Amino acid sequence: MQKNLVEISHMSFSHENGKPVFDDVDIVIPSGKITAIMGPSGTGKTTLLRLIGGQLIPSQGKIVVAGQTIHQLSSRALYKLRKRMGMLFQASGLFTQLNVFENVAFALREHTNLSESMIHTLVMLKLQMVGLRGAAYMEPTALSGGMARRVALARAIALDPDLIMYDEPFTGQDPISMGILVRLIRTLNEALGLTSVIVSHDVQEALSIADHVYVISNKKIIGSGTPKEILDNSSRQLQQFIQGLPDGPVPFDYPANSMEQDFL
Amino acid sequence: MPSQRLIEMLVGLFLLFAIFSLAVLAFKVSGLTNLFPTKSYAVTAAFDDIGGLKIRSPIKIGGVQVGEVSNIALDSQLFKAIVTMRINDQYNNIPNDSSAGIYTSGLLGDNYIAITPMYSKTVLKEGSTIEFTNSAMVLEKLIGQFIYKIGNSGNDKGEKNANAQ
Amino acid sequence: MSWIATLGRSGMDSIRELGKSGILLYRILFYPPNIRKGFPLVVQQVYMEGVLSLLIIIVSGLFIGMVLALQGYHTLAKFGASQQLGPLVALSVTRELGPVVTAILFAGRAGSAVTAEIALMKVTEQLSSMEMMAVDPLRRIISPRFWGGFISIPLLTLIFNVVAIYGAYLVGVRWLGLDAGVFWSNMQSSVEFHSDIVNGIIKSIVFGVAVTWIALVQGYFAIPTSAGIASATTRSVVYASLVVLGLDFILTAMMIGEW
Repeated sequence: MQKNLVEISHMSFSHENGKPVFDDVDIVIPSGKITAIMGPSGTGKTTLLRLIGGQLIPSQGKIVVAGQTIHQLSSRALYKLRKRMGMLFQASGLFTQLNVFENVAFALREHTNLSESMIHTLVMLKLQMVGLRGAAYMEPTALSGGMARRVALARAIALDPDLIMYDEPFTGQDPISMGILVRLIRTLNEALGLTSVIVSHDVQEALSIADHVYVISNKKIIGSGTPKEILDNSSRQLQQFIQGLPDGPVPFDYPANSMEQDFL
Repeated sequence: MPSQRLIEMLVGLFLLFAIFSLAVLAFKVSGLTNLFPTKSYAVTAAFDDIGGLKIRSPIKIGGVQVGEVSNIALDSQLFKAIVTMRINDQYNNIPNDSSAGIYTSGLLGDNYIAITPMYSKTVLKEGSTIEFTNSAMVLEKLIGQFIYKIGNSGNDKGEKNANAQ
Repeated sequence: MSWIATLGRSGMDSIRELGKSGILLYRILFYPPNIRKGFPLVVQQVYMEGVLSLLIIIVSGLFIGMVLALQGYHTLAKFGASQQLGPLVALSVTRELGPVVTAILFAGRAGSAVTAEIALMKVTEQLSSMEMMAVDPLRRIISPRFWGGFISIPLLTLIFNVVAIYGAYLVGVRWLGLDAGVFWSNMQSSVEFHSDIVNGIIKSIVFGVAVTWIALVQGYFAIPTSAGIASATTRSVVYASLVVLGLDFILTAMMIGEW
């Protein structure tokens, strides 16, 4: 496998309504490692995952995934490449009409001709990896948030992808679920030889498992390196984010009229 | 959501119900008698005025339908309406000097063509033409004639009176 | 002067929306379907949209037929024309009420359900996950729902027509005492299969495409918030109903002028 699974160079992207999200951004995701992409909310971290997955096309620059420029592929080639990626959405994205087993089996049924017993074994294997083999026949609506996320994780690894992307996996989790998820991300990455990309604004958890970190703010990368390098970095912007300071380069006060105008 | 088998059963029943409805609509509601086009031969006739005759209007002999109008066109030389009629093959002994007239069914109903058979030994076949035709009676012309007659007999009486004096 | 700019912008937005809807319809109709995998999905949708709408269609049909007969009888009796009740009901239902009412009821029951379902799948990122798993949500979710509606609506219209006419028979013959033979034979001589029944079915097919298309578009392009889902659902029903009525006028004008 090549050294970098994903290479983003000089990428700029704006939303349909013109709002710019990224401006000349360079990101490299090394294979086999866990890379965290962090930043204040609204900086377009989910958009970045969509760009890597080929759901969005950059206005400028290149995004190369596994040696292929993903936004220039034909739909067939794109779908073929997507089979090598797994994505865990914030809202878990489980199919509500199917039970847990069928959800995990979905990709297997769609893309392979495996026999029922093979599928059964594989699904149970994936569920076992996330610790939910006993929940195989429950309905998605009956699952707690943390369990739903784990099922979505099992579903994302069903086809044994090379790359797996996590969109805000730690948000809104209780400490136990958080711990479970952190452990799962780490062990899966090593056991399956995955490349993991985590998008999060949970500084503590992300820094605890990431091998490499990018911090994005205001359309640009304001810091990159190993967790230790980030923590030691003296940039004020970076430090405000890392330490969660309420005021600093990102101001506390939303831009407003002068005090005299509003209060007198 | 019930099992796939049950769903297929129910959809099948749904389809059956709909096909049954179509059959009822076809036969009981609209009285469709001939689903398949019966074999027929084409005969033409020229009329001065076809009134409200339409394509598919019935052709009747003695009140019994023997065919229908298949085409109406205007002869641009003679300025007459050329009506093409399809007559069912089973009625193949209509004399070719029969006359065709356009009548109205009921008082204000649709127009139809009535063929009055005559005596010739030669019969109508594919491509024959009916020579003797009566045009449709247009209501306005009738009323106009009636008013004219009344007006005239009134004048005649007036003239007679004037002459007598 | 800025209202001109706003008007122009909303006009352009509407045209863009229409374009996006058109592209969606094109992809549904012309991208090669997978018959083996797609057929069971379509059958499922015919069940969800068609079979589950049977109750409201049958009940509405029955009552509309009965009311038509009741009202029709009282008006016709004044002209001594009560034996024309059969044709009155049959023609009204097969030409107009059948296709129009069925389509509008379908929009309310099944169209809104489809819109809400798809919008919800969009919000909970089910559509995105499907895309990322290299399964085209258009083929798997959207397209079967289109064909389900396309097949169901004409079938429901046929059933509505028959049930309504039967309701009129119940009221006219059984209750008000008209002669059954006169009822049916007058109906048969006035109702023409090709120009009345077939035209009614053609109308229902056109309405079917319109209603289903609108329902899918509203769901697919809904704003992914709970307010967005609600407004998409109501818009789906309102637009579909208005479009059906408008198309009905256009089609009737074309049909009366005999194409």
